[in-house]
Amino acid sequence: MLDILHEYGLMFLVGTWPVGPLGGFANTLVLAGLGLGLGLSFPLAMLLALARTGSIRWLKMLATVWVYTFRGIPLVMVVFWAYFLLPVMIDTTVPAFATALAAIVVYESAFLAEIVRAGLDGLPKGQMEAARSIGLSYAQAMKSVILPQALLNIIPSLVSQFVSTIKATSIVYIIGVQEITFSAQQINSIEMTRALSVFLVLAAFYFVACLELSQFARWLEARIRARQLRPA
Amino acid sequence: MDFQLSFLLSADVLPLLFKGMATTVRLFACAWVLGMLVALLLVGLRAVPWRWLDWLVAVFVEYHRNVPTVVQIMVWYFGMPEILPRDIKLWINRGDTEFLFAMIALALNASAFFAEDIRSGMRTVPHTQLEAARSIGLSAFGALWHVILPQALRISVPPLINRALILFKDTSLAMAIGVVEMTYQTKAIENLTFRSMEVFVAATLFYLVASLVLMALGAWFNQRFPPAHKG
Repeated sequence: MLDILHEYGLMFLVGTWPVGPLGGFANTLVLAGLGLGLGLSFPLAMLLALARTGSIRWLKMLATVWVYTFRGIPLVMVVFWAYFLLPVMIDTTVPAFATALAAIVVYESAFLAEIVRAGLDGLPKGQMEAARSIGLSYAQAMKSVILPQALLNIIPSLVSQFVSTIKATSIVYIIGVQEITFSAQQINSIEMTRALSVFLVLAAFYFVACLELSQFARWLEARIRARQLRPA
Repeated sequence: MDFQLSFLLSADVLPLLFKGMATTVRLFACAWVLGMLVALLLVGLRAVPWRWLDWLVAVFVEYHRNVPTVVQIMVWYFGMPEILPRDIKLWINRGDTEFLFAMIALALNASAFFAEDIRSGMRTVPHTQLEAARSIGLSAFGALWHVILPQALRISVPPLINRALILFKDTSLAMAIGVVEMTYQTKAIENLTFRSMEVFVAATLFYLVASLVLMALGAWFNQRFPPAHKG
């Protein structure tokens, strides 16, 4: 295993970069990071969660259908749809990375929306009522009373979801996105006879990163809980 | 682009679709049963007071929780034949090799989560409950059946159903090693006929309906058996 890591460590980390495009684990993290955070999936999830907890019926129904649909089908199917529909919809060829990113954004938005909704539902009803009764509008109450508390409480779940996203990106190699599983496949076809070592090194990359992040999420959760229990 | 769902009913396509669905369901069922058996074994092993055994189980669980399922499938399919004894390898290769390795990988993956769900249910029932049940004259089995399980299962079953849903969706990852399940078959029919839209709609509906049934089961259980009140 160590000799594989020694020989191909760089390929696992960054793919063929800087000669070729960025690949390897770096690209996995970029894909998961863009897919979940940095302004793509999260705003969509916020809108979905607000629609689901709100009182406008058709919006509520639309958001519910969205969430249940994407929770109910495998990511591979979403990737297939994106691969097939995106070029038709915008009438040009779409690079594999963008296709995978689009699939991950819509897929993760459903799971994130559930997390945000749990955060909103988790607050006592009195918070909204009190905010409204002192004269804030719904939007003002959301912005300055409800969301700051709800979003703080869901930070650990967001980190856990980031772990899930990192793991989920491993399937997009099937449309040719050069992330770390793609690198491993390439290395395996160069090596031919040391498949177990190659794939265990691949597993180790995910293992270390995801375990650290999971423990970080647990630590955050303990801290936030301690903060809530502290007398005001 | 003309959209014809009737195309799916043609004699060339329908058997392929059914074969894909059947394989997906079979893979799910086999992996669930095997995974549950391994999970019960893991829970049992955790109860043994040997520290190294506890540590070993913890490593097993963390490996399966923190490595992508598709990578676990690849480790089994591409890697494990290198170290398996020759006789076992020959025996595996006689049957449906891809299916078997996918099933093992998915089952072990699920078992790690199942074991944690079962454990978290058991932890919610204090030990004194068993002592109290025995002291009013219930047998060990009676105490388990009437007192412990009704409380523990209320906590364990909802996450177990949710995990079954994830396992069901994860069967699609078996396509990576060439198991002819629904997702693989979808791609194959698409390549054969170029009717992407119809095939994707059919496959999506199949997954969606099955998932909704599992979600409904979870919702029903939550309503019928809500967690006991702490008091």
